[in-house]
Amino acid sequence: MIEKQVNQKAWFMVLPVFLLVAFSAIIPLMTVVNYAFQDTFGSNQFYWVGLDWFKEIIHSERFHDAFFRQVAFSAIILTIEIPLGVAIALAMPKKGWGVPVCLISMALPLLIPWNVVGTIWQIFARVDIGLLGHTLTQLGINYNYTQDPVAAWITIIVMDVWHWTSLVVLLSYAGLSSIPDVYYQAAKIDGASKISIFRYIQLPKMQRVLLIAVLLRFMDSFMIYTEPFVITGGGPGNSTTFMSIDLVKMAIGQFDLGPAAAMSLLYFLVILLLSWVFYTVMSNIGEESSNGGV
Amino acid sequence: MANITLKDIAHSYTGASDNPADYALKKLNLTWRDGGAYALLGPSGCGKTTLLNIISGLITPTKGEVHFNQEDVTQLPTEHRNIAQIFQFPVVYDTMTVFQNLAFPLKNRGRTKEEIEPRVIELAAMLGLSDNLYTKAQHLTADAKQKISLGRGLIRQSVNAILFDEPLTVIDPQLKWEIRSQLKFLHKQFGFTMIYVTHDQTEALTFADEVIVMYEGEIVQVGTPEALFMRPEHTFVGYFIGSPGMNIAPCELQGDTIIVEGYEIELANNYPVQNDAVKIEIGIRPEHLDLSAADTPGGLPVTITKVDDIGRYKIVRVKLRNKEFNVIMNELSAVTGDKASLHFDTSHTHIYVNDHLILGEPK
Repeated sequence: MIEKQVNQKAWFMVLPVFLLVAFSAIIPLMTVVNYAFQDTFGSNQFYWVGLDWFKEIIHSERFHDAFFRQVAFSAIILTIEIPLGVAIALAMPKKGWGVPVCLISMALPLLIPWNVVGTIWQIFARVDIGLLGHTLTQLGINYNYTQDPVAAWITIIVMDVWHWTSLVVLLSYAGLSSIPDVYYQAAKIDGASKISIFRYIQLPKMQRVLLIAVLLRFMDSFMIYTEPFVITGGGPGNSTTFMSIDLVKMAIGQFDLGPAAAMSLLYFLVILLLSWVFYTVMSNIGEESSNGGV
Repeated sequence: MANITLKDIAHSYTGASDNPADYALKKLNLTWRDGGAYALLGPSGCGKTTLLNIISGLITPTKGEVHFNQEDVTQLPTEHRNIAQIFQFPVVYDTMTVFQNLAFPLKNRGRTKEEIEPRVIELAAMLGLSDNLYTKAQHLTADAKQKISLGRGLIRQSVNAILFDEPLTVIDPQLKWEIRSQLKFLHKQFGFTMIYVTHDQTEALTFADEVIVMYEGEIVQVGTPEALFMRPEHTFVGYFIGSPGMNIAPCELQGDTIIVEGYEIELANNYPVQNDAVKIEIGIRPEHLDLSAADTPGGLPVTITKVDDIGRYKIVRVKLRNKEFNVIMNELSAVTGDKASLHFDTSHTHIYVNDHLILGEPK
C-alpha cells in the first residue's frame, strides 16, 4: 500500500484568491452586516440591536411598496424583452450583408452608459422640448411623465426595452446560429410547420442562452437605479421609487444607516433567491421524464 | 412511388457561372427506377450529398430539371415531394420522446392517432427501440439517436424514395451490419426506391442492385457491383473499387501489343491507333496478375518489395523496373527469394485513354 501523503502547505496556494475575494466581496459585505445589526450615534460608538432593523424594514409599508414596484417592473421587463428579443433574432438575416448591419445596430444601445440613456430619454420625453413628449402632446394625447405615474412607468419601460432588448437579441441570435442546418433540413423532410420548428428545434436549442438572457435581464432590471433616478427621480410621488432608489434615499438622504444596511441585505438575498429559482426552473424545463403519448 | 429522372442537372453553390470549376455537379442525366436499390458511391466531396439534396428538394439545382414520373418537381418544396431522407449525423427532436420523434412525420401530415400508434410500435420493435419508447430522445446514445433518425425516415410507407446520406457513419460495425440487412429486408418487403450514399464500397456493393460511382461532380459509371469490378469504365472506378484497387500503369499501345516499362505484352484484342497527345494506361486487377518462380518463360522479371498476409490471401507488392504492382496470391510457395516472374491475364487487361475505357476488337 502506498501511503497517501498529507501536505497541508497546499492551502497556501489558495491564499491569494482568498485575499482577493475577501477584499473585493466579503469585507465590504461585512461592513453592511455590521451596520445591519447595530445602532450608532456617530463617533464610532455602536450598540447591538439584533434583528430590530430587519423587523422594522420587513414590516414597513415603504419597503413593501418599493418591493412590489420592483417585482412588477422586472416582471413587465421580462415579459416584453424576452419574447421581443427572440422574435427579432428569428427575423434577422442568417447570411449576407444584412448580418453585420443588424448586429451593429443591435449592439449600439448597449454601448451607451446608463446615465446617458437616462438623460436621452429624459429630454426625448419632455413635453416642452422633447421630440416624443411634444409630438404626443400635439397629437392630443395626455402625456406628462413628471405628473402622471402611468406615463412615468411607460417612459421607463420603453426606455429599458430600447436599451436592453438588444442583449436578448444578440444572445438569442448566437443560440440560433449554433443550430446546424441539418436540423432544418430534417424538419422539412418531416413536413414540420414553422411553429413546430420553433417549438421543437429552435426553442430547445436556445434554452441555455435564454437562461442567461433571463438571468441577466432579471438581475439588471431588479437593480435598476440610474435611469429612473435621472428621468423621474423616483416620482411623481413615489410611483417610480424602486428598491435601489429607496435604498439610496434611506442611506444617504436620511442617513438611516441601520435600516438601510438591513434593507441592502434583504435586497441581496431576494436577488439571489429569485435568480436561483429562475436557474433551477429553466434548467429543468424539458428534463422531467414525460409519460409519452402522441 | 415514382420513377425519378434527373435531366441535365448541374449545380454550383456560388450561383450560375460559365466556369466549369465552380460546379459541384457537372451535367448529370440519370433515371432511378421505382423500387430500385441504388448506391451512390464516391470519395468525400464528389457531389453525392449535393445530388441527394437536389432529389429531396433541399437544394434547387442551378441548371436542369428533376422529374417524378412525368411531373416536373424542380421548384416543388421538400415538404411536398414526399421524400424521406436520413442524414449522416443523428437529428432528433431533443424535447420529444422516442415515440413522439417517430410519430412526428406522420403527425405533421395529419394522420390520426389510430393510424400512427401501431405503426410506431411496429417500427420501434424493428429497430430495437421498444425499451426506450417513452424516454426523451436527448438522453440516448448516438447509436440510438441515429436509429431514431432512421425510424423517422422509414415511418411513412408511401414515400417516393428514401434517401440515405451515409447514415451508418456513427454506428459501430456490428450494429451496422445488422441495420444494413434490416434495410435490405425492408426494401424487399415494401419495395420503395432507396438511394444510399456512401464512400464505403462494401456497404455499396452489399446494399445495392445498381451502383452509381461519382468522381469530381460527374457520374463515371453506373452498373451492377459485378460490372464495376470486372469492367471499370474509368480508372477511378478501377482504383476505388476493390481492395487493393486496380493496378494502373502508363504504357504505349501498338495495335495488339502494349509496352509497359519497356516490356512488351501481347493482348487478346486489337486496339485502334491513338493520337499522340492522349494518356494511355493499362488497368489490371491484382486478382488477375500472377507470380511464378523467377525466369519463367513468358513472365516479366519483377522484384518483390513487400508481402501483406491478410488471412485468406496475400497481397504481394512487386516492382517492374520503376512501376509497382499489387498482386493477390493464395499461395506464394512457388517463389523463392525476392525475384519472381509476373504474368498478366490478358483477357482481363483493360486499356484506358484519358482515364476512360476503350474497347478493342477481338483478333
